[in-house]
Amino acid sequence: MMAGSIFQYDFVIKGLLGAIFASITAGIAGTYIVSRRLVFLSGGITHASFGGIGIGYFTGISPILGAAVFAVMSALGIEFLSVNQKIREDSAIGILWALGMAIGIIFIYLTPGYTPNLMSYLFGSILTVTNADIIALGILSIVLIIYFAVFYRTILYISFDEGYARTYSSYVDVFKYVTISLMAITIVMNIRMAGVVLVISLLTIPPNIAMIFTKRYKRIIIWSVVTGFAGTAAGYYVSFVAGIPPGATIIFALVLLWVLCKLTFTLVRKLKLV
Amino acid sequence: MAFLFKIKSLTAGYDEHVVLDNIDFTVSENDFIGVIGPNGGGKTTLLKIILGLLKPISGSVEFNEPLLKRSRIGYLPQMSAGDNSFPVTVTDVILSGLMIEKGVAGRMSAEDRKKASAVISDLGLEKIKAKPLTQLSGGQLQRVFLGRAIIGAPRLLLLDEPDNFVDTSFELDFYEKLHELNERMGILMVSHDVGTISSHVKSFACVNRKLHYHPSPEITNEQLSEYNCPIQLVTHGRVPHTVLQKHE
Repeated sequence: MMAGSIFQYDFVIKGLLGAIFASITAGIAGTYIVSRRLVFLSGGITHASFGGIGIGYFTGISPILGAAVFAVMSALGIEFLSVNQKIREDSAIGILWALGMAIGIIFIYLTPGYTPNLMSYLFGSILTVTNADIIALGILSIVLIIYFAVFYRTILYISFDEGYARTYSSYVDVFKYVTISLMAITIVMNIRMAGVVLVISLLTIPPNIAMIFTKRYKRIIIWSVVTGFAGTAAGYYVSFVAGIPPGATIIFALVLLWVLCKLTFTLVRKLKLV
Repeated sequence: MAFLFKIKSLTAGYDEHVVLDNIDFTVSENDFIGVIGPNGGGKTTLLKIILGLLKPISGSVEFNEPLLKRSRIGYLPQMSAGDNSFPVTVTDVILSGLMIEKGVAGRMSAEDRKKASAVISDLGLEKIKAKPLTQLSGGQLQRVFLGRAIIGAPRLLLLDEPDNFVDTSFELDFYEKLHELNERMGILMVSHDVGTISSHVKSFACVNRKLHYHPSPEITNEQLSEYNCPIQLVTHGRVPHTVLQKHE
């Protein structure tokens, strides 16, 4: 690397903070999404947000702001449809998924001249992550920690058995809407790190690693953050050294970690039995 | 004996489709009522109305407050209702029965955990109290959800087809437990297995668009047809056998 030491130092700090906040936000959101079986929905939200990125480019407003608006609106829309059960939910998600991508591509092509950093939105980038992005992700981490700490039981029980929760609480829908909006914002903020195409794995792989070892919600969150950090930090390092977009290296590192954990756990179990 | 709730000339259904037509029904303390009737006859709708999950088209449900508040009903839903692969432990599921007292930002106190321990030992769940639901058998799940329904010491217990849990070895224990609970709370049990429940309940309510209350646990085919309640009747006796009625 030809870069000077100060630049490199700043870069490492940014990468490290990014990895910490990404793993906290993705760990909490991922546990909610995986346990409620909302992985497909989250994929839909992620890709729908690309429409916002395109409009952001076209209008000159921040693409990430456009993505956030698109993500939250599509999340609320799908949750509303599922609450009212008027339409086949998976079809609605599939349509939204493609529509968002289509809107994004249309507006990016309508944008005159060169669209900088488009690749970074698709596959993630550390180079284009700004201090503001890191701060925003830091604030989101704090918001999510407080929200899940204060309303832990309510969130847990609504996720587990919504029908039963309705017999004692009239806030079930409010919590579903607020939580899914926070999930959408988490997805968008992490798009800066891992890109539209790969961010969903950043949310889904850590909880699945955690669930090899524990079946308790709170512990799954904690282990998701820890394993998510390990994978993200390792992925960033390889991305930095090899000059590959971090989205790809992070996902690869996480899957490798998942395979290693699964093998180790199975082996330990087998040995105990013998 | 004080009443728990009264349903007064109530009509309920979905959109324009009427499922319960002008019914009256009163449930009192220490009642143990079996709710029977054909599929689609309105048994589930009746439960939804009592729980407040469905608003009536006309008529009302009056609760005898403060003896019984609607939100304090103990409720055992049908087996398929929840997601049993969800990462939650037996103790946490049972504790969720206290959420109404807690509010949205509720935390569980040492007192609450004591209540949970009492229910856990009462239902014989000590060995599995820290296990996730995925690892439980049907009968164990049934008792866990019963624990959730009774931890708040409700005055009324609603059971939606508890015989669907299919675990015959626990079935007798389960009904014995219900008898014990019946000393402290009224019980309303939806079932399609008239034969099994008739030896446990004190009376029947037959729901088929209309509701007919039958004040004894003995019920005959003649009475069923009089109630326009076309269900299978299994006769009592050492060897239960099914009497199939003529279908229209």
